[in-house]
Amino acid sequence: MSEAGNHAELTRRRMLQGAGVALTAAVGTAVLGLAGPTGTPAAAAGPGGHDTFDEVYRGRRIQGRPAASGHHHHGADYTVQIDGEELHVMRNADGTWISVVNHYQSHQTPLALARAAVVELQGATLVPIA
Amino acid sequence: MAVRKNQATLTAKEKRDFVDALLQLKRLGRYDAYVATHNRFIVSDTDNGERTGHRSPSFLPWHRRFLLQFEQDLQSVNPSVTLPYWDWTADRTATAGLWADDLLGGNGRSGDNRVTTGPFAAGGGQWTITVRPDSRDYLRRSLGTGVAQLPTRAEVESVLAVQTYDAAPWNSSSAGFRNQLEGWRGVNLHNRVHVWVGGLMGTGMSPNDPVFWLHHCFIDKLWAEWQRRHPQQGYLPTAATANVVSLNTAMKPWNDTTPADMLDHTRHYTYDSAF
Repeated sequence: MSEAGNHAELTRRRMLQGAGVALTAAVGTAVLGLAGPTGTPAAAAGPGGHDTFDEVYRGRRIQGRPAASGHHHHGADYTVQIDGEELHVMRNADGTWISVVNHYQSHQTPLALARAAVVELQGATLVPIA
Repeated sequence: MAVRKNQATLTAKEKRDFVDALLQLKRLGRYDAYVATHNRFIVSDTDNGERTGHRSPSFLPWHRRFLLQFEQDLQSVNPSVTLPYWDWTADRTATAGLWADDLLGGNGRSGDNRVTTGPFAAGGGQWTITVRPDSRDYLRRSLGTGVAQLPTRAEVESVLAVQTYDAAPWNSSSAGFRNQLEGWRGVNLHNRVHVWVGGLMGTGMSPNDPVFWLHHCFIDKLWAEWQRRHPQQGYLPTAATANVVSLNTAMKPWNDTTPADMLDHTRHYTYDSAF
């Protein structure tokens, strides 16, 4: 992805982030989010957000899959690995995702989150989760 | 009474004393404990589980207590030091004095985002990043790339106008002042500033960048400003609520301080001006 393309992607994410739409469907919580400045309806992570993925992105192997039973640490029901090291991830109430290296910026799917982490890491390796 | 000042108004000596106290806490090994504590909370605070430091009503009193402890630690090194704040609605470019060599140093260089100027640059040997998410041990920033613009004064005003402190379900999906200030909903204030700075400020180990304290000091000031404008409003929830710190519940990790204890900052410090 070009630098300009990457910036456009980040900007798009920001717009989506501000849009606050669906909350966790499973619990049917009322929508309390306020429309962001853009008013763009965001497609929160639907079923596709929980798909397994395994790809090489910018030279790094990124993998994601639903967490095995008993692996639900810190509220995550999904694990992401970069070159075999686990990336700490968390799901927000609206279905979006954050990680330890992007903790203040929500992404729509675990795949988008993993790719953003690869960009942020610039080739660095993750420290194993304690 | 200690006065917390706008960083843009600090004298050369005040800047030097603040920087020296930060470097001393780092040298003594005390600084990194704050980084570890912050990360421990940020990875365990979840929307549907126990939440104390973030994405919850206690975001504001928790950080007020966290900053107070850190400020007291700085004062144990130099009693004249107080935390300055960064009004990012006013000082909103990478060329602001905040990022000069006599305070926090500048932006990260292109390529690896390494900060190469100022007291916290890796080359100075005084600021090795030890509590970190990845293999890089140097301070990184990428000002204005994760998001182009810092919040404006008008955006801050729109959030200060929100009447209710917080609302069920008391998390990142809540309506109310706290969540709009934190930034998970609405125009996005606090979260956006972390993203704007980039580098370690975008991670759970964000206190690795000393700008963390100046950012949160301004967030703390905005809470005080909201209280001033809405004297009839107060911290919520007041009644015991599962997984959430209510008004009179002690907060981890201190277990001796409730949100109620943190409502009046003038018991500890004042600010140099209203917002």
